[in-house]
Parts: sequence; structure tokens; C-alpha cells
Amino acid sequence: MYQRDRLNSELSFFQKIREIDYILLICIILLSITSLLVMYSTDGGEILYHTKSHFSKLVVFFPLMILIAFFNIRHWHTFGYIFYFVIILLLLYVSFFGLKSSGSRRWMDLYLFVLQPSELMKIAIILCLAKYYHRIKIENVNTFTSIMLVLTIILVPIILVISQPDLGTSVLIALSGLIILWLGGVKVKYFVYSFITFLISLPFIISFLKPYQKLRILTFLDPDRDPLGAGYQIIQSKIAIGSGGLEGKGFLKGTQSYLDFLPEKHTDFIFTLFSEEFGFIGSVGLLILYTIIIFRIIRIGALSRSNFSKLFCFGFAFSIFIYIVVNLSMVLGLLPIVGSPLPIMSYGGSSMLATMIGFGIVLSAKINRKQTIA
Amino acid sequence: MIKENLGIRKSDIINRRMFIIGAAKIVVFAGIVARLFSLQINENKKYLTLSDKNRIREWKLPPTRGNIVDYFGNTIAGNLKVYQLHIIPEQVENFNYLLLRLKTLLNLSDKKIQKIIKLKNQLKPWDSIIVSENLSWSQFLKVNNYLYDLVGVKPVMTISRNYPFSEIYTHVLGYVSQPNEEEILENEIVKERFVPGMKIGKLGLEKTLEKQLIGTNAIQRYEVNAYGKRINQLEYQKGLQGNKIRLTVDTEVQKLSAQLLLNKAGSISVMDIYTGDIIAMYSSPSYDPNLFLFGISQDEWQLIRNNPLKPLINKTLSGLYSPGSTIKPIVALSALENNIVNPNFKVKCTGKTELYGQTFHCWKEKGHGFVSLNNAMKQSCDTYFYEVARLLGVDRLNLTAKKFGLGEKVLGEYFDNEKSGLFPNTNWKKNNLGRGWVLGETLITGIGQGYTQTTPLQLCLMTAQIANGGYKIKPKIIVNDDPLSLEDAKTSMGLQSLQTPNIKLFNDPKNIKIVQEAMFSSTNERYGTSYRSRIDDPKYQFAGKTGTAQVKRISKRERELDLKLEQIPYKDRDHALYVAYGPYKNPRYALSIIVEHGGSGSKAAAPMAKELFKLIIDRDEIRDKQSNFENINI
Repeated sequence: MYQRDRLNSELSFFQKIREIDYILLICIILLSITSLLVMYSTDGGEILYHTKSHFSKLVVFFPLMILIAFFNIRHWHTFGYIFYFVIILLLLYVSFFGLKSSGSRRWMDLYLFVLQPSELMKIAIILCLAKYYHRIKIENVNTFTSIMLVLTIILVPIILVISQPDLGTSVLIALSGLIILWLGGVKVKYFVYSFITFLISLPFIISFLKPYQKLRILTFLDPDRDPLGAGYQIIQSKIAIGSGGLEGKGFLKGTQSYLDFLPEKHTDFIFTLFSEEFGFIGSVGLLILYTIIIFRIIRIGALSRSNFSKLFCFGFAFSIFIYIVVNLSMVLGLLPIVGSPLPIMSYGGSSMLATMIGFGIVLSAKINRKQTIA
Repeated sequence: MIKENLGIRKSDIINRRMFIIGAAKIVVFAGIVARLFSLQINENKKYLTLSDKNRIREWKLPPTRGNIVDYFGNTIAGNLKVYQLHIIPEQVENFNYLLLRLKTLLNLSDKKIQKIIKLKNQLKPWDSIIVSENLSWSQFLKVNNYLYDLVGVKPVMTISRNYPFSEIYTHVLGYVSQPNEEEILENEIVKERFVPGMKIGKLGLEKTLEKQLIGTNAIQRYEVNAYGKRINQLEYQKGLQGNKIRLTVDTEVQKLSAQLLLNKAGSISVMDIYTGDIIAMYSSPSYDPNLFLFGISQDEWQLIRNNPLKPLINKTLSGLYSPGSTIKPIVALSALENNIVNPNFKVKCTGKTELYGQTFHCWKEKGHGFVSLNNAMKQSCDTYFYEVARLLGVDRLNLTAKKFGLGEKVLGEYFDNEKSGLFPNTNWKKNNLGRGWVLGETLITGIGQGYTQTTPLQLCLMTAQIANGGYKIKPKIIVNDDPLSLEDAKTSMGLQSLQTPNIKLFNDPKNIKIVQEAMFSSTNERYGTSYRSRIDDPKYQFAGKTGTAQVKRISKRERELDLKLEQIPYKDRDHALYVAYGPYKNPRYALSIIVEHGGSGSKAAAPMAKELFKLIIDRDEIRDKQSNFENINI
């Protein structure tokens, strides 16, 4: 059995290279180049700190992605729970000893760069739950113990992240986890019930929000309430995007960002700058690039033989989709401002690390699509 | 086997559920694209405007005032380049060192340094601080030489008002200075165009013609960042200079007037008797309007304010004087017009006349003997005019005086400090003083004393209207607002039609002629009061009437003492007056002269007329030629 597995799974180096999903790889490279150009623009058309730092992160994490791709998907299955527990430990560490910045404790200093474990949790939860639903028998999926266990797996990191406090990331973690539950076969009625319960308890939840979070929601409902204070970001973001028009103002010519009207242009509002400079055409182009990536990942999942690969690919595709939707809705004024980066485009090491790990595992799933996992 | 089946079923669930989500993804992405479309395509214009509003800010620069020129096109209020020194704090490396350097370079006071430090703390670091508004050329050069050592200092050239003839025109033009808050708010145009550093008219024509002179702001459009810092200049929109205004005044005549009245308090006005052009209008003493441009120093201001000759008062328009004997032509004319007297009517002057126990003196103690109208005017016999006034009555005299412009503003709309003066009648006294008119008051009104108060310009207008044959003229000081030429004016008077602007002020032209002849006699015949100031050359020959206005009642003792002018305290001395027109044969100009506390009109005022007529008539030809040019290029 062991012998057969080995023969079946281990491909030679060249076979592996042949099996790489080149369309996905090219899309990732294109996205990386775009992100570098936009970062260059946020630095005012010079190669300054953000561009250099973003570039060096790409240089480290892109090979890391390839490296992950060359490991058999089996190993990532094996690591599923361990990865999850390690990140839980890091989250615990951060909540006690983490770096504090603008009122929240999210980061840990790794000398070379500052790590935000909650970003890695977005991947870890998918990996962990994918393994869980891969291993569980179909009859047991909807048992009480199973659902309770799964909910615990999701709630523990969420509580840790919310207490940082970081509402945006915890919502994204929750959504990433729930999608695996959905894919894993949890009954539709449970989703419906809990959604109704959520709606009913919404006012109650809101009363638990921090004042600044409430303010964000109020601002979202009416940005002109306080145009120079809380509403400033969203108003300026809409002005930047709207003034971009069909073709945009041109590369390095986005006045809103160049003249510092855009806050957080490196991170959460990177799309605003992109959209101002490249217009509707550029924005739709970027969206198409993301769509290709997402559907390429879904295709890999569909081609995969093991349910683990399927669950991971579908879950990861969905979470990328969610990141994009939440980020774009936020900068377009469709959702309240919750801190959520745009994958690869936004400045920030942990988010890119998590995304690259995800891509790596997806590429590994493609290479080892015929691999079965016990 | 079962396990295998279960596995397949599990993957079926996964695939089916993935398909549902995949469809949802497309819907959501379509929604985002729709939102992008609405923002970037539908509402693009709106957001583009908002984005421009964000990044483009306008800076208004002070407008350049229009020039004011005299009749011959000489600039009498112009603009001058001035050198200023600005500091831009954010470019300064060491502020204290810079201040120390500037202090020694420009001799700045400690107070000034304190002010700069205060400004620095108030302003944004990229807003410039004006260190010096008006640097001399040598200071400017000095600063430029040390510029390498003065990081953050910017020498700037800007434009400032300038009055090249300094005090000559102060009472005509006024001056400009920094407006206060009230002045900004009360004038719409000033409010709209105000920028710090702008100056507005505070007095005279500079104030009343503000709308025409002010000009439009130049506008600099800058791209600014979110903090308001200027990044780069996008556009410079040039402003329009204010309108050029041409006055009717002649600088040479104005200068001579100033020279004649040097160290005296008084006024000289000269007028064209046909067109009403004011040739000169000088009030003495005057002061330098250039002092006010950059804020006058306390010492200089006190010097002007405390001058006993009162330079701040525009005596030509706001000085109220008893006309004295200069009113006699009007009294004579009124009596002739009302058929009270004829030229042959004679009165015996014994030096005084009694009325209800009150004595009214003639200026000549011994009396003039029997005098006719001509003789009475010539020698300015008071007794004759007491009698004529008594016969005429003050109300009829008042009507004639009013017709000739007494008691009414001459240039009203242009000078808000002009006074209307007063010519009394019985009703006026009853209404204003509450008592009935007394006949004695009629007598003294007949020699220009009592309640009558006139401005020098009114007397000039009165004389001009006698000189032109008795036609009403509208005096003016600005050329472009009433293009009535000399020919037009003369024809309209010749036609004697009431539709024309020049309304006749008499019933019988013979009466005007009689008065004119009497004024001629007064100046050009032996025993005339201004005989000594006559010019025999018919080209310059003029006719006039002296006046000596008492400023206080002469007591019996003083009359007996018969003091010399120098023996009377300055404040109690009589005002000297003279009104005249010339050339007599073909009259063209009228003038009025007042020397405050100058003594007698014949000694203090009439000699000035001689000088003035020489110059005015010499310049008559050039003036006529000049009027042919509609636009003068300077």
C-alpha cells in the first residue's frame, strides 16, 4: 500500500514542471507586476520605501510559492491541523506580547519583517477544515458533535482576532471557514437558520461594537455626515475613482493620490489609486485578471481527485473572491470601512505571504491532481 | 466499495455546492462592475469637478489701480514698482539666524522682529511673511547681494500707488491706504476683490471713483495637496488695470496756486466759464499723500494733524467763508433785474448809515460821497449796497444768489466732504433760528456778511456764470463723463434756448453787461479796489471784485485804533477774497482766491490773480489744442 502510493504520487522534477498550471502562474505574475507599478505610483513616481519593500516581499514569497507547489499535496494535508494550531499559538502570543499600533495589538516583530498572524489564519482555517471534511464520513457531517467541533475551530481564532481588535479580518476568517462548512455538506437549513438568527441578533451585536466601529457603520450609511472626519476617506475614495472616468488620468497622474487626498493608499485603498489612474477599463481589466485566477483555481479543484484538494481549492478561491469583494465594496462605498487588503495588490507582508502560500498549495494540487489522500 | 461510493458522493456535493457559489460570484462581480460604471462613467463629470475642487485653489492678487491723468495726460496718480521682502518659513534653515541677519541688514526694530515671530507662529509654514513692504532700491540691492546667506528670503517686486506731484493734488485725489473691515464690507466691489495688501481710496476722487479705478484681480491657480500646500502653478490669469481717468485740471496752474499760497491757509479755484471745466482747485496747506501708502508714522501724522493752518481740511469745498464784498456783483445784478435801481441811481456815502439806532459802517471812514452803481462796485462802497439791499430785500436777493449756485454743492457727487454753504432768507431764519428776520440783517447780507456762507468753489462758479453772460454751467472735474465741447457750450448759450443744458440766469442781458463793466472798473480803473493788480495788456486783462470778510465784529475801540494787519492777532485778521474772470474782451476763465486771515482782498488776494491769469491765458492755446484729442496716449 505504502509502496504503491509512493510510486503513484512521486513525479519527477520535470514532470512537476510540466504539470504546473501556467495560466494561473502567468496571471499571478501579471498581478505582481501590476502591484509593483501601482506601488511605484503611490511613492509619487519614485522607487522609494514602499516599492522596494513590496518588491523584496515578492522576491521572497514568489519562490516560496513555487517551493510549496513542488511539495506533494499529501504533505499539506498532513500539516493541516498543525498549521492551524501553530497560528492559534501565534495569535495567543500576539494578544499578549504583540506590537501595538493605533489601538490594536495585531503584529509580532520577526526582525526581518512584522508578521500579522491573523492574516495567516485566513489560510490555516481553510487548510484545517478542508482536512477535517476530507477525513470525516459523509454521514457524520451533520451530527451535533461534528458541527460543534467545526464551530469551535472557527470561533477560537475569531475571538482571538476580534479581541485584537480587528473586525475586518475576523469576518474574513469566519467567511472562509463557513464556506468549507458549506462545501463539506452541512445542511442548507442550518445555514438558513443561522442567517436568520444573525439578522435578528444584529442590533445586539452592534451594541457590542467599539465606538469607532459604530462610527464606521454610520459613516457608511451617510458619508457626508462628517466629510472632514469619519466620512473623509470614503468621500475622497469615491472622488478619486469617479474622476478616473473611462480611461483614467494616466499612470502617475492620479491627482487625488499624488496630492495626498487619499488616505491609506498603499494598503486598503490601493484599488482607488489604480482606478483613478487606469479608469474603468483598467479596473475591469484587473477584475478580469482576478476572475481568471479564481476560475483557474476552481478548475484545479474540479480536476483534483482528492476531496482535500477540492475543498481547499474551492475554499481558497472563494476566500480570494471574498477579499476582493469586501475590499472593492469598501472603496466603492458599498460596505462600511473594514480593514481588508486586496490580495497581492495591497502593501503588507502577512497578507501576501498568506495568499502566496494559498497559491502554492493550489499549484501543488494541480501538479498532484491524481494523488489520492487516505 | 461503500467507502468508494461515499467518496464519490462527497465530491458530488462539493462540486454541486461549488457551482452554486460560482454563479453567485458572477452576480456579485457584475454588481461591482455596475458600481464602477456608475461612478466612473455616469457620474464621472461630478467626481472630476470634485477632484478639481480638491486640488485647485485660486489665489487672487491685488488689482492694479487705474491711472489718473491731468488734462494734458500727465499722470497725477500712477503706479510704481516697489520692492518687498518676504520670508517663507518652511524654507528657512535657521530662523533666529535669519532674523539676526535681516535686522542688521535692514535696521529692523525689535518691535518689528517680534511682529515677524508672531506672524510666523500664526501662519502656515509655506505662507510668506512680509518683512518689509517698501524697500529702498539700495536696501533691495543689499538683500540681493547677501541672498546666498539668507535662505528662505524672497525679494518680491510688486506695484504700489504713487502720487508724483505729492501734495499738489492731495485735496482733489485723496489717497489710498489699507481698508479697515468696515470699508471692505460696505463696498460690494471692494468686498469682492479684496485681498490682503490691497489698498483702496480713502478720500477724494480715489474714494468716489473707486469702482472705476479699482481694476480686476489677477488670479493664480495652483495645484495644492491635501494640506493646502501649493505644489505647482497651473495658470496665471492677468487682471485688468482699472480705468484711466482724465481730469480737467492743469498741473501747471495747480502748481502755481500751491506756490502762491505757500505758508498760507487758503484756496484757489479756476474754472472754464463755458464748459465748467475745473482748471485748478487747490487748498492750502496740503500734505503728501504718499505718506499714507504704507501706513503713516505717528510723528508725521501728528505734524499734519496739529498744524494750525489745518491741512486736512479741503478749504475749496468744505471751507465756509463769508463772501464779503465778492457778493456785491450778485447784489447789484439782483437789484437791476428786479428794477430796484438803474445804473444812474446814486447814494450818498458818509462813511456810515444809521438804521433803528444801529450804525452800519462803510469800510472807508470818510465816505465815498455820491456813488453810482459802477462807482460803488469799483470802490466797494458798503453804504451803497446797504441801501440797495434795503430796497431789494433779502428774499429777492436770495433768489438771484441761488440761481448763481450759492447755497448748493458744486461737485457734490464726487467729493463727499463738500459743503453746500448757506444763503439766508426770511423763511430760513424763521425755520432754523425761530426768530423773525431783522432789516439790519438784510443790510449786512448785502455786503456779504452775516449768515451767508460760501465755499471758494461756489464763488468761482458764481463769477464764471456772470462772465459767460449769465448762463448756468455744470462744473466738472472729469473729462470723460460729459463731452460738451467749447463750441457746443457757446452755441447753446448763443441760441438762448431753454432746452439746451445752459439755462440763462437773467431777464435782461443788459444787466449782466452792467455788472461785468462794474467789475472791469473795479480792476482796471483808478480808485478801483484791485487797480494795483491790473494787467493792461488786453490779452491778459481781467475783471474782478475784491472781498474782505470779517471773522469777528469790529468793536468801536478797534475801529478808532485802526490797527495795521500785523498788529492784529492772526486769528482775528480778516479773510482776503478775490473773484475775477478774464480775458475781459473775450472771457474764458473765472477764478476765486481766498487767503484765510490774509487781511484785505485787494492786498492779499488780488495780486495772486494777476500771476494766475498770466499763466492761464498763456496756456489757453495749448489747452484748446489738447481738447481736440479724444484719447491721449501716455
